[in-house]
Formats: sequence, structure tokens, C-alpha cells
Amino acid sequence: MGRITLDKVSKSFGDVEVIPPLDLTIEDGDFTVFVGPSGCGKSTLLRLIAGLEDTSGGHIRIDSQDATHVPPAKRGLAMVFQSYALYPHMSVRKNIAFPMKMAGVSEEEQRRRIDAAAKALNLTDYLDRRPGQLSGGQRQRVAIGRAIVREPAAFLFDEPLSNLDAALRVGMRLEISELHKRLRTTMIYVTHDQVEAMTMADKIVVLRAGHIEQVGSPLELYRAPRNTFVAGFIGSPKMNLIEGPEAAKHGAHTIGVRPEHIDVVEENGIWQGTVGVAEHLGSDTFFHIHNTGLTDTLTVRALGEVTLSHGDTIHLSPRAEQIHKFDAQGLRIE
Amino acid sequence: MATQNSRSAARLMMAPAVILLLGWMLVPLVMTLLFSFKKYLPLRGGDLGWVGFDNYVRFVTSSAFWPSVSATLIIVGGVLAITVGLGVLLAILLNQPMWGQGIVRILVISPFFVMPTVSALVWKNMFMDPVNGLFAHLWKFFGAAPVEWLSQASLQSIILIVSWQWLPFATLILLTAIQSLDREQLEAAEMDGAAPLQRFGYITLPHLGRAITVVVLIQTIFLLGIFAEIFVTTQGSFGTRTLTYLIYQRVLESQNVGLGSAGGVYAIILANIIAIFLMRMVGKNLDK
Repeated sequence: MGRITLDKVSKSFGDVEVIPPLDLTIEDGDFTVFVGPSGCGKSTLLRLIAGLEDTSGGHIRIDSQDATHVPPAKRGLAMVFQSYALYPHMSVRKNIAFPMKMAGVSEEEQRRRIDAAAKALNLTDYLDRRPGQLSGGQRQRVAIGRAIVREPAAFLFDEPLSNLDAALRVGMRLEISELHKRLRTTMIYVTHDQVEAMTMADKIVVLRAGHIEQVGSPLELYRAPRNTFVAGFIGSPKMNLIEGPEAAKHGAHTIGVRPEHIDVVEENGIWQGTVGVAEHLGSDTFFHIHNTGLTDTLTVRALGEVTLSHGDTIHLSPRAEQIHKFDAQGLRIE
Repeated sequence: MATQNSRSAARLMMAPAVILLLGWMLVPLVMTLLFSFKKYLPLRGGDLGWVGFDNYVRFVTSSAFWPSVSATLIIVGGVLAITVGLGVLLAILLNQPMWGQGIVRILVISPFFVMPTVSALVWKNMFMDPVNGLFAHLWKFFGAAPVEWLSQASLQSIILIVSWQWLPFATLILLTAIQSLDREQLEAAEMDGAAPLQRFGYITLPHLGRAITVVVLIQTIFLLGIFAEIFVTTQGSFGTRTLTYLIYQRVLESQNVGLGSAGGVYAIILANIIAIFLMRMVGKNLDK
């Protein structure tokens, strides 16, 4: 039970409109990711849903109940913060018990839920430690445990992995995804990392300057970005956006080709250029190519180990069916 | 500083400062100990020889001793309670964004810059005077009989004056502590369903624990020795004779240096007992 509807929700700080009126529906059980560059209003939007900020206009409905003016604790949502926001003077057990203690849950029930959460999150051995004695990943799990025991209608995550190192981030990403598969509770997840968005989301909401640029499943966004912003934001490395005569050949103002949709050929390529930096990852090689006459730098992915190095001439052919076309306003042309 | 040479050079360079400090501390301490075993009456015969533990026994058995210890503890305890309590409240208030924050903060801190003698005189003459004091006028305005503060409520008056002086210090330390509280913790508690008072009790107050210990420790050290406030107001009468003041009276008013020195040694012992308790408390809090 956790269908969240935003109806013309807006937010201004003083004269600055951070979020212009915005409509969005988050279906029950969906893993929805808000993604966008920093300062796009994604965290503010999450805080509006949580009730930590007051809306300047519009309505927020949670399970068709108007929650616009309901205090945060009464909305039945649990939040995991970027800094984890654990209570440093309480043990892990007390941290997890805190929301239940505030809600007046019986001691026995508290213990049952803490044990269940600790078991699910591998925290059983750490229940009597203080947050200061835990590693980043463990702290993150405590914060999630504190959210789980409330049995909320929806979980809100505010960039929860940004304080972790790269290896741990991949692990926690999987854990959160698995948690979602197990609980089937609505989750809203804010991140600026499009890889997290692509890997975890059922539905991605791409935001820019408070506007929703596109809503869709990861593959929908990958296959058919609605405009150049989404095209450039989703996918790693970024899509190559080419303007000018080359785009005009395809009857567009801008064309976009993803690095993985350009083939490296021996000769007679449609495009050619000189190799700048070659990033060898083993499974793939990324080439940054200059002097193509198309853009400053063209990024190309080649499968496997390709032995071209700095200064070599490279021949390329984009796959015609994978070229995205955009008009002068940056909107997609079908 | 690794080699033998530079290490001994460092010792040589530091020696003057260390010797000076040691002398400054040791000479008065040794003289106090020395005098405490002597009958020494400067205006009535001077040094009258060794008397063993006579002075110590006389100082403790005097009817003024235990009242002075209790007066000391009441003043220290009262001032601590008021400054910490109000300090926390003021720190929370000053931490709220408001217009003219900078000026308000300076105003709050300013009493700390007033010398103890001056502030005590100001309180005595301007506020607490039973005829011309502002409090007297206030009481009369409401038709009540003015209170003779320094005689009828002497200990409370002293506590009030000293608290006024030390409140800025407590507020300042607690304000800096409160500013370091992570806002997300308060928001998390809010989402967890904690009401404002519960957030204060479960999050803010534990966060301030360390700062409060520091305030208590530092203030106790200074409050055990308050003198000027008593000297310019009650002169130790009406139950405001603290241990420090009693020693002053024995040495300078009764001109009995031996007896006063014995009292000084007791004061050192009392201060150390309190210090040990406080250090333990601080240690426990800093271990977190």
C-alpha cells in the first residue's frame, strides 16, 4: 500500500522557484528513481513527499489520502538519509528501536522486529555497538533497518550510497534492490548517478531545474530519450551529440549516437578521426577520438582489446538504425 | 627533534620556563604548608613556633567551617544549575535564524567582559538596593514591600549575580556545540515520530552532553574560588561565607596566618575531591 500522487506540487524558497508545478504518480510497489544533475530539485522533491519541507502549492496524496499538511511522522513513510543520520549516542539496537519506541510499540514486538531486521541485514552481531564503531556499509544497513521496522507505506532514499566507496556502492545497490524484491514496498530513490538509476529502477524520473524531463523504465529511456538532455544524461559513457551538416544529412538539428553503437572498422568508415585517449577496461575499450569534423571529442566503445593507441587514425561507422534524431528545440524526432 | 643533541638542547631551552612555573606554584604551596603547622600571628607576637596539627583541628572544629563548606557547594551547585539550564535554552534560541543575530549574540556574551567587582557593585546598588534599586521600584509598583535582597535572600542573590556573569560562557560553549548538530539527525527523529520535546531529549541533549561536562568542569574550577562578589556585597555575612572567604577572614581579619593556611590546605583537598569526580565524569563522556 503506497501509491503516491503529486498534483501540481510546487516549491519556492523566497522568490526562487525550485520546483514549478509538477504532476507525478508513483505506483504501489514501484522502485522509482529520481535522477538529475545536482541542484535539479530531486532532493527537494523527496523532502516535499517526506513532509520535511512544506509545499508552496498543490497536493500530495498517499494512498488517495491528502497528505499535503500531514506532519512527516504521520505519513507512514520512512527515510534513509545521505549521512545516515544515525543517533550517535545510542546503540544499533536502540537506533532501530527508536521509531517503534516513539510509536508506542510493545517491547516484545520491538524485539521481534529488531531481530528480524537484524537478521535480514546481517546486523545481528553488531546490535550492541554504537554507530561510531561501524563501517560505512554497516551504518547504511542500520539506517535501512531503522526504516524497515516501521513497516512504512514507502521508503524514501536520499542519495544513500554517495558516502560509500565504489566497491561497497555496488554491493549495497544489490542489497537494496533485493530488499525491494523481497518487500515489494514502494521505494523512491534519489541519486545523481545514472548507473544507480539504470540498475535499480522500475521507473526513472529524470529531472532538470525542477522540471520532469522524462518518466519511463530504464530501457525506455535508453532506447527513446525524449530530448537531448535525457539522451546525454542516461547511458555511460555519454551519448555523442552531433550538430551541423552531419545531422542535416539525417534531416535533424542534432543527432545522437551512443558510443556502443559505433563500430570500429578497418577502412571505408563513414567517419574517421585520430585516437586521443584510449581507456582499456579489458572487456571494453573506450576511445576518445578527435579531428572527426563532427564534435570536439567522439566517444566510441570497442568490444574487447583493440590495439589502437594515441595518434592512430581510426575508421568508424555508426549503426544507422541506432541514430537518435532531435529537432532545434532538442526534442526527439521519430 | 630526533637526535640526542637536539633533545638535550630542547630541555635546556625549556628549563627557564619550567623552573619559573614550578617556583611560582611550589613556593606558595610550601609556605602555606609550613605556616599551617605554626602559630603565626603577625600583629600579636609574630611567629610563635610549631604547633603540629593544632591549626587543622581548630579550623575544622570551628562553628564556621561546615556552614562555609555548604555555602560554597550551594553557590557552585546553584550557579551551575542556572547557567547550564539557561545556557542550553539560550543556545537553542540563538541558534534560530533571526534578524540581528550577530548583535544579539554579542550582547548575550557581553556580561562576561564585566569585571566581577564591577558587576557585583552594579547588581548591589542598581538592582538589589532596598531603597533605590530597580527591583525595589518594581516591587513597589506592584504594591509589595521591597525585598532586602542581600540580607533576606543573600545566598540566592550571590548565585544570581555570579550566574549572570557566567551564563555567557556557558551559552557560548553550548551554542558552538549545538551548531555542530547534524540537521539530518533531527529530521530523521522527526520522521521517526519524535515530538519537539522528545527530539530535544533524545537527540539535542545527548549531543550537548560533552559540552555540558566541559562547562561544568571549567566553571567549577573558577566558582570554587569566587571572592570579589562576596567581598563587595555581603562581606561574608548572612550565610554567604564560603570556604575561600573564611580563609580570607582568618588570615586578614583575625590576622591568624597559621589557621588560615590550614584552611587553605582544606580548600586544596576539597577542590581535588571535586576535580576527581568531575574528571571521571568528563572521561566517561569523552570516551564516547
